[in-house]
Amino acid sequence: MNRRTFLHASAFAAGAAALPPALPAATPSGGPAATAWENEELRRLGYWDIHAHVGTPGPTPAKRMEALVRIADRVGVERLCICMSPPWSYEPTPEQFRRSNDDVLAILKEWSSRAFGLVYLNPKHTRESLDELERCVADGPMVGIKLWVGSRANAPELDPILRRARELDALILQHTWIKQRGQGNLPHESTPMELAELSARHPGLPLVCGHTGGGDWALGIRAIRARPELHADLGGGDPVYGQVEMAVRELGASRVLYGSDVNGRSFASQLGRVLGADISVADKKLILRENLRRLLQPALRRKGIVT
Amino acid sequence: MHRRHFLTRAAGLAALPLAAVPASAAAVPGLIDTNVSLGEWPARPSWARRPADLVARLRRHGVTSAWTGDLDSILQTDTAGANARLAAACAQEGAGVLVPFGTINPTLPDWEEDVRRCREVHRMPGVRLHPNYHGYGLDDARFLRLLELATRFGLLVQIAVTIEDDRSQNPALRAAPVQPAPLAESVERVPGARVMLLNGTTRLYGSAIPLVQRLNRSGVRFEIATLEGVAGIAGLLQKVPDLHLCFGSHTPYFYFEAALLKLAESDLTPAQLAAIRHGHAHSALSLS
Repeated sequence: MNRRTFLHASAFAAGAAALPPALPAATPSGGPAATAWENEELRRLGYWDIHAHVGTPGPTPAKRMEALVRIADRVGVERLCICMSPPWSYEPTPEQFRRSNDDVLAILKEWSSRAFGLVYLNPKHTRESLDELERCVADGPMVGIKLWVGSRANAPELDPILRRARELDALILQHTWIKQRGQGNLPHESTPMELAELSARHPGLPLVCGHTGGGDWALGIRAIRARPELHADLGGGDPVYGQVEMAVRELGASRVLYGSDVNGRSFASQLGRVLGADISVADKKLILRENLRRLLQPALRRKGIVT
Repeated sequence: MHRRHFLTRAAGLAALPLAAVPASAAAVPGLIDTNVSLGEWPARPSWARRPADLVARLRRHGVTSAWTGDLDSILQTDTAGANARLAAACAQEGAGVLVPFGTINPTLPDWEEDVRRCREVHRMPGVRLHPNYHGYGLDDARFLRLLELATRFGLLVQIAVTIEDDRSQNPALRAAPVQPAPLAESVERVPGARVMLLNGTTRLYGSAIPLVQRLNRSGVRFEIATLEGVAGIAGLLQKVPDLHLCFGSHTPYFYFEAALLKLAESDLTPAQLAAIRHGHAHSALSLS
């Protein structure tokens, strides 16, 4: 399938697939957790999730996504940025990341109404990563890039990938974590501080700081504060009080994104931190939907996807 | 009662009325949060500096009873004083919702007296342990003695596996999570022991299912505050259908809404939902 026919097929699939309910199906009459949503407007918003992995059981990638969508519907998640189909490898070979991306492509054929694809790359294999970027984003339906723990975010091999991403309007999600103040990180696992270095080399290019340092989010938020292109993905850690409030205070709500990191995490714990935060409803709407929608618009426009 | 008599007549005291438990908790199905705290963790901000703040949010979300420990007391040696303040705060400002669970540290001299006061003076239905911050394991002889004493008194023993993710602890406050495996043998050696694990984390629920099954057979209760994974409750109940799983939020350290939404994320039967919301908690205190 070439790019044109692929995009056509995706558009058809988008029309054929069930429309997202944008309303938690499990709570038609109040339900077990109705009060978690502050008001009906927030409950019906339809959340956009920057960080999801399709690891639910199923015989095919599309069936696995179907299972995940059923659960997403229960808590009001409308769109998911999906990436890194399991099994995972810390330092994937080109063959491994291509196979992972094949699964995401298969999902997008049937679920483009609910999912956006982020192509998984390992910058250590720079040439192959650039080729995969062409296959999945330039010539395929994906709208962004996922970088995990194969290479540190400040490494020079990321530069050609970011330059091409800018040309393609592809949004980049870079995993970061700070374990035991960095002493416990994996050998090539990035920190928000390293991502800030990368951002300084590519001013004006929006980047998403995956997990924003994880459990040590207070360090992560400080590390990205001075780089306005850097956006905080809140997902993946425990729902510790104070994270959302600090992110909004220090970065502004327009730089903060809801992400779940399912399947490892629950939608609930990651949504709960936003819904329960002591911030305005307007800021919650930005975090839960509008910011990601805005960041993806250039890539979606380029592909003719209307949301 | 004099403390000397207390220690010898503990079995009789199990029948003491629990003044701190609202009478309505047994009669009215509601939402029992088994994992709530007053106080502040030193490394994090808190939205619940006053008991009234905590009660207001819990009530807004339908919580009828909140089993409440004290974060301040974990790092204090005067746990008796902390427990007295906790009991007073729950009685005076708990609005019938907050049920105090005193902190017991069995490495302190004369910790048995703290147990006595929790039961006899404060009429608490249970106590809360923090073995990783107090420096003992669940195979420690002192823990076994505590379990025996608590059982004679009819106290529920809550064991916090952790307070916070050990990957992100302040370097000055590092404590590895409690290893739950020795609990299986300890609880089997004390017939009638009532035990609940708090903040079990995915380490327990994800990779130690045989241990969870064994503990469950001994009547150990679990709660959902740190249960993760998409539709995590349903997934866990698929592996252990008869699990004594209770609702717990670990609030105010965690956002309360995170736990509440887990009830919606999993597709649960009305019976499963009722058991998690209040059934297993009620039976843990023998209130049902």
